[in-house]
Amino acid sequence: MDSPVGMERIHPLQNRRGASAHVGLTPAPPAIRIALRAGGDALSALSMAIGLDLPRAPKTAVVNGDGDRSVLWLGPDEWLLIDDGENGEAADLLARLAETGVLHSAVDVSHRNTAIMVTGEAAASVLAAGCPQDLSLKAFPVNACSRTVLGKIEVVIWRMADDMFRVECWRSFSDYAFAFLSEAAKDVR
Amino acid sequence: MLLIHCPYCAEERPEIEFRHAGEAHIARPDAMADLSEEAFQGYFFIRDNRKGEVFERWRHIHGCGRFFNAVRNTITDKFLATYEAGKPKPDLDALKAQKGTSA
Repeated sequence: MDSPVGMERIHPLQNRRGASAHVGLTPAPPAIRIALRAGGDALSALSMAIGLDLPRAPKTAVVNGDGDRSVLWLGPDEWLLIDDGENGEAADLLARLAETGVLHSAVDVSHRNTAIMVTGEAAASVLAAGCPQDLSLKAFPVNACSRTVLGKIEVVIWRMADDMFRVECWRSFSDYAFAFLSEAAKDVR
Repeated sequence: MLLIHCPYCAEERPEIEFRHAGEAHIARPDAMADLSEEAFQGYFFIRDNRKGEVFERWRHIHGCGRFFNAVRNTITDKFLATYEAGKPKPDLDALKAQKGTSA
């Protein structure tokens, strides 16, 4: 897309890299994020609209077949929808949700959040430096997700694979989150 | 770290994810406008502040975000039970017998 110099949206963690022998830290590419809230009787219609079954079990994330859209359970009536944006914009998704006509709240928070991918054999240990939850595979299996705390900030963590976490945090806190994880990575052997 | 059972997340979570939210089971008067000042003061400001087992509201603010109720001993800081908001008060004696704590 052509845009005048200085008009491109800059990723809050642009060019940031962090790595040690056992862990890699990478800013996640921009994505569509929707904060979705709805009661139990609206879930089937909303699930149809987004093409994904909204999980009702706590601490659960569901990913679609292509792996380009996922919904994370945050609370009994609250989900975070993440879409890689390849098939349309946030407004399209909001419109599709609105078409269902069922009572819900969907807010585009794509630019409120950003995410850091924590990968490698020591990923859980690095997160554990600031996250008080039990991140062992038994307590926090693949596709477990939770809103929780990292150091001084609130984050949403999602275990996408045995050795890969996605850490969603507010854009303005992302510098802190990245620095915190980089420091933690230095200590993990 | 103290672990608190969140009835909505259905598991024990670290204390740091929670926030205390005052005494539980305080009924809001129906005709608030007709209350005398003293009665309003009693409803709005005056709390039992008991020593021992208390019924409290807690919020899982850095988790599922939900308010729930808890029975906690203010001396030992032990949680006897947590239950969803809107549920009736559990029986204290039965809880204490179950947990094997003395009054």
